[in-house]
Amino acid sequence: MTKLLLPLIALGAFALRAFGVIGQLAIFAGTALGRAVRPPWYPARLGEQMALIGWFSLPVVGLTALFTGAALAQQIYVGGSRFNASSTVPAVTVIAIVRELGPVLAGLMVAGRVSSAMAAELATMRVTEQLDAMVTLRTDPWRYLIAPRMLASTLMLPLLVLVANIIGVMGGYLIATTRLGFNGAGYLETTRRFLETDDVVSSLVKAAVFGFIIALAGCFHGYHSSGGAAGVGRATTHAVVTAFILILLTNLVITVLVFGA
Amino acid sequence: MSAALVLSGVAKAFGSKRVLDGVNLEVARGESLVIIGGSGTGKSVLLKCILGLIRADAGSIRLDGQELVGLSGRALDEARSHFGMLFQGGALFDSLPVWRNVTFALTSGKAVRGRELRDLAIATLARVGLPADVADLRPSELSGGMQKRVALARAIAAEPDIIFFDEPTTGLDPIMADVINDLIRAQVKAMGATAVTITHDMASARKIADRVAMLHGGNIVWQGPVSALDASGNAYVDQFVHGRAEGPIQMVVRN
Ligand SMILES: Nc1ncnc2c1ncn2[C@@H]1O[C@H](COP(=O)(O)OP(=O)(O)O)[C@@H](O)[C@H]1O
Ligand SMILES: [Mg+2]
Repeated sequence: MTKLLLPLIALGAFALRAFGVIGQLAIFAGTALGRAVRPPWYPARLGEQMALIGWFSLPVVGLTALFTGAALAQQIYVGGSRFNASSTVPAVTVIAIVRELGPVLAGLMVAGRVSSAMAAELATMRVTEQLDAMVTLRTDPWRYLIAPRMLASTLMLPLLVLVANIIGVMGGYLIATTRLGFNGAGYLETTRRFLETDDVVSSLVKAAVFGFIIALAGCFHGYHSSGGAAGVGRATTHAVVTAFILILLTNLVITVLVFGA
Repeated sequence: MSAALVLSGVAKAFGSKRVLDGVNLEVARGESLVIIGGSGTGKSVLLKCILGLIRADAGSIRLDGQELVGLSGRALDEARSHFGMLFQGGALFDSLPVWRNVTFALTSGKAVRGRELRDLAIATLARVGLPADVADLRPSELSGGMQKRVALARAIAAEPDIIFFDEPTTGLDPIMADVINDLIRAQVKAMGATAVTITHDMASARKIADRVAMLHGGNIVWQGPVSALDASGNAYVDQFVHGRAEGPIQMVVRN
């Protein structure tokens, strides 16, 4: 009997720990915002991070969107043809991409790249006492390292998601016109007609939230790391897991809030 | 000479582990104090408490009469501007070239263009015996001894009143260690600064110190002028100075 309860107990312990982490993340985010609003500001660091996050994530985000958009259109065609609705391909594709897949996939891909990199960099700086050294050199790591990362990530994710949405729709368009017998101009016209402003706005709001989460998870686990090289590894893993879970969770919450009513 | 830095009853525990247990210590203006003690006795923790990098659990740390424990925000920043610190591993910023490391405190990390700052970096590097062409290298391209010198240059660039050196010679060969000792001695004297050095290298202690204090079991168990080191009459100091396994200091050896 008690054996059967073990997974439940483990789940309960995980839930408790998760709530603890969410509380600490909230405090961390509050501290970062509080410090960031007062100077000195570091525009050069912000620019560097924007390039690192935005520009260098384009290939992986573009590729993911292209292949997913194409596969999605193919499946909608196959599924739709069972009840004579294969003409819904452009409409369903654009809505699925813009509302859900564009932001979520871009968020997850960038989290894999960026949260881990931020966590590893800050954790290494913690282990090698570079963070302590920075403080003794009259520079606040919150303003110099953390604020630029959080701001850059929050600003760049909407841009990346915009690109992901466009490329995702293009992936569907390519499959639909080359293999499924759709007329190119007609496909794009249907896409345009079905897409609403709310879809785009919610997509970009999700993106900004995910961008914030990505940098928050990376900075939090890097800044609070301990225990040498193993600690750096742990920080990296925890950052990615935290970012993934929070992205999927907040995505559901926003979707239910915006489209559930 | 008035005391520049006064510590009384400074305590710090990590969980159930008491590292500092009511440390009392005074450092006079312009003197060079060396703190000796075994590995893991809390020497680095003591420095970090003074610098406000670790919050002391109890006690008082006063700089020229001003209480440092409990300071935050701008007041803490201001107090810290009197301090310079050479970290145990150097702690150089590996993403920045040497010259930006050296001038980091002067611009609070901002990338300021202009010859003046670079020239100042090169002049500071010269003070620690490094040639100008080191300025554009990355810290990872330097040997251990050169990294220590760059870290020393970075610690003195802003002309602090009090400089802390955390094991400045650990990991260096004896000759390079002596070079670093000479540099520390010379630069501290030239600036008229107060110096607090942590070490377990007795040759280094004898060279750098005016006065020596020994940290053991969370307390200062002995202090006195460096000349009294060999005739301290203190069993802990004797054992440490002569590096004997037998004595009142018990190393915990576990497999
Ligand atoms: N941030 C920390 N968290 C937990 N324990 C720490 C921390 N910093 C130091 N300690 C512990 O305090 C003790 C003293 O460390 P330290 O001051 O670095 O020793 P040392 O005298 O060799 O410089 C060690 O046992 C170390 O494990
Ligand atoms: Mg130490």
